[in-house]
Formats: sequence, C-alpha cells, structure tokens
Amino acid sequence: MAKAHRREWAFVLAATVRVTRDLDVAEESVQEAYVAALTVWARDGVPDRPGAWLTTAARRVALNAMQRDRTFRAKLPLLIEPDAEEPPEACFGAEDDAIPDDRLRLVFVCCHPALSREAQVALTLRLVCGVATPDVAHAFLVSAPTMAARITRAKRKIAAAGIPYAVPGPNERPERLDAVLTVVHLLATTGHAAPSGGELAREDLADRALGLARTLHALLPDEREAAGLLALLLVHRARRATRTDDDGRLLRLEDQDRSAWDRAAIAEADRLIVTALRAGPAGRFTLQAAIAAVHAQAPSHGETDWPQILALYDALLRVWSSPVVALNRAVAVAAVDGPAAGLVEVEALERDGRLAGYRYLPSTKADLLGRLGRHAEAAEAYREALALSDNEAERAFLAARAEGLPD
Amino acid sequence: MPQYAVLLYERVPPQDLPQEVMDGHLSMPDRVAAQGGRIVAGLGLHDSATATSIRGDLLTDGPFIETKEELGGVFVLEARDLDHAIALAKLTPIVDGGVEVRPLAGFQIVEES
Repeated sequence: MAKAHRREWAFVLAATVRVTRDLDVAEESVQEAYVAALTVWARDGVPDRPGAWLTTAARRVALNAMQRDRTFRAKLPLLIEPDAEEPPEACFGAEDDAIPDDRLRLVFVCCHPALSREAQVALTLRLVCGVATPDVAHAFLVSAPTMAARITRAKRKIAAAGIPYAVPGPNERPERLDAVLTVVHLLATTGHAAPSGGELAREDLADRALGLARTLHALLPDEREAAGLLALLLVHRARRATRTDDDGRLLRLEDQDRSAWDRAAIAEADRLIVTALRAGPAGRFTLQAAIAAVHAQAPSHGETDWPQILALYDALLRVWSSPVVALNRAVAVAAVDGPAAGLVEVEALERDGRLAGYRYLPSTKADLLGRLGRHAEAAEAYREALALSDNEAERAFLAARAEGLPD
Repeated sequence: MPQYAVLLYERVPPQDLPQEVMDGHLSMPDRVAAQGGRIVAGLGLHDSATATSIRGDLLTDGPFIETKEELGGVFVLEARDLDHAIALAKLTPIVDGGVEVRPLAGFQIVEES
C-alpha cells in the first residue's frame, strides 16, 4: 500500500490540480483521498488501478470543497494555465481513462526560477514526491513549522505572482529543465542521516530522487539530460553500499569494495549514457554520468581510465564553467600527469578565490602535497580542510589522513 | 490579464541618464505592446535626494531605505503571467541596476469629483 501511495502521489495531485487550479485545495483533497484509501483498501484490498481510484476520490473531495467555499473565497488567484484546452468542469465527468498525465506541469512549476532553490527543493519533495512536511523538515534540519511556512510561502508566490502552470516552450525548455534536474540531483545528494523510526533518512531521500529521475526520463524520453541525470543517480546508487565502512567512516573510491557495487544499475546507466551521447551534444548531467560510469567500469582503482576521465572533464568544463568541476578536473590531471601538474591547477583555483571556504580545495591540495613528499604543508592543508568541515564522518576521515602523514 | 508593478532601480540618478536610455523608457509602451503586453501607467520619480521620509513623527531627508541603486520609477504592466511579465520587464533600459516585478493586489486611479 505504501508503494501504491508513493508511486501515484504526483499523478493524483497533478490530476486534481487540473480541476482545482489551486495547489492548496488540491493538496488537501489528495491528502483526504489517501486517508480514505487506508480504510477502504484495508477492507476491500488494493484496487487494480490505485491511481484512478485515488484521483476520482481526490477530485470528489475537491469538488465538494470548492462548492462549499464559493461564497467566501477571498483567496489568491487561481493558477494561470496558458492555452488551457478545456474548462476545468469538463474534467469532472471524465473518469479513469481520460485522466491525463499532468505531472510535468507540476514538476516545472515547483522548480520555477522565480522560487528560491530552498523553496524549489521543499516544494518538489512535498508536492511531487508526496513526502510529509515534517519529514521534509527533518531532511533539511529545520523545524516542521519552519518548513510548513516555507512551503506555504512558495505556494502563495506561485498563485499571487502568476507563475504559469505549464510545461515551458522549446525556447525556455533547456534552462527550465536544467533547474528541475538540479533540484532532483540536490535531493539525491543532500539530506541527513536520520536517527530512526519513520523519519526521512538520507537513503530514502536518494530513493525518492531516483524515482523522480525515472519518471522524468519516462515522461521526457527525447530529453538527453533527463536520461543523463537518471544515469548519474543510478551510478551513485550502485556504489551506495560501499561508501562507508562498518563503522560509518568514509571510504575513498580506491578503498571501496567494487565487488559490492550493483552491476545491473551500472549497466543500465551505461546504456542510457551511450544513447544520450549518440543522440547529440552532451550536456552537463550526461557528462557527469559518463565520468561516474568510467570510474564504475574500472575493475580496480588502479585500472581507472584517467585519460578518458580527463577528456570528459574538459568537455564538462566547456558546458559548465564551475570551479568545483575545475577542482575535480585537477584530480584527474594529477592522475594523468602526476601530482605536481595537479597542484598547479589547484593553486590556480586558490588564486581564483571562488572556492574560498570550500573544504575540498584544501583537502585535495593536502593529498597532492602529501604525494609530493611535502608533508608539513600537507598537514597544514588538512588542518584547513578540517576547520571547514561540518560533517562527522568527513572530519574523522581528514583527521586520519593527517595522522597518516610521516613527520 | 494580471497586473504587475515594475520597480526600476538605477545607480545613475534620473537626471544623468543618457538620451538613448531616456528614449528607451519613452518607447517602452510601444515595445511592450509589440510583445503582447500593455503598460497601463508609469511614474517617473525625481532622484532619491529629493525624497522626504516620515516615520511616526520623525521627518528624514532622503529615501525610506538607503540603497546603492535608487528607486527611479514604477510602471504598471499587464501581462499574461509571470513569465510574460518578466520578459516584458527585461525590455526596460537599465544602465546600472535592475528591476523588481511584483504582482498587484489592486490598481485604481481616483478621479477627481
């Protein structure tokens, strides 16, 4: 039942927004429908088409709410739908077969650039993934009321400012899709480990993100970057079991047990990447996925195809001039041309200044200095990295590396 | 169509704006109309040094909030939705600053009776 719940949420909500043209009313109606389902399905079993059942129920709740409210709705404007094909009332007659898939509109609205990144992430988790607000709050280490307020503000902004409830046209599509993919990627890579018991754990968040990436790829089969993101998240997932050791300490790529990687997930990622690369110029998600895949394909760390990785980083930097990408490229340079060459790149980035306060800059520098035998400077750089780190597992890792340097 | 206020912020005071920029402001209604929107009204403000602010009983010389970029003007725009409003607002000639787009809760010109 929980599975049906998760899978159908976005579909049901989007189908309900179609008739309410109000995110709040739709959300409440869907929530009620899900609660009703708990009782009815427990008694009668899960229906063949849970999505259709839930949608019908939610729309019924919505219709009643809208009729009751007609007199005193001093509320925000209804969602603006450019090129709306049919009046909302017509949707009430259509049952199962005619329920259109509106999930894309929902996703694009939640990730609109007029909303802050924080708001995009919170709204996507709540409205597209259907995660309960307290769980969203926990994932981002804020209180439930704070997160509820953040989500309410975002919904208000959408209605009041007139953010159109629409899939962007071809001109805006690349930029808007990039925003959506960025949000999904953030969901997969952020989140904090929950203690236990019903709260959203980091793995659960990553699962939701992967599910959403799959949905996006299915709904946008011609968008190469959506395929690229899915591939990237699949490779992340494939290596999940080996990221930390039994004591929760972070393991470097070279120390991870590759036999424990999910080869099926990596193979699926490969297929997606190859198809995307063949279909046209590679975007940043496809390239990131390709880099992760090249790493994953090496039977051992020593057999990693670093020249291939460096070439991919060169391409990535051309489409995405991020200093973080440049730093990761410096690691590849060191692998291909030696630590001294890598250090030249890192020092250039230090002078550039955009990575000030980014802990991986001193930690990368420390690693390279260590390999060059410049141990005192390496120790200093590890100290700098430690001072910038706020994560237990990471700090332990850095401290251990600093300890391991000869005096 | 929904209405929006577009607030113009410029580092350069209004009296020092070059002629092309002034011409650009004057041609805004036509350029906005060409893209399916409508400028309903516009307010050109004198530079912020001419402002007087009132907080309770206290009078201050200057704008309410001191900012690097001064509030130079406001216009009312009709657009299909926020994306359209943003595209239209971007037509505003700005030398050094930017614009804010805010939805209107209402707009009314009070006729003299």
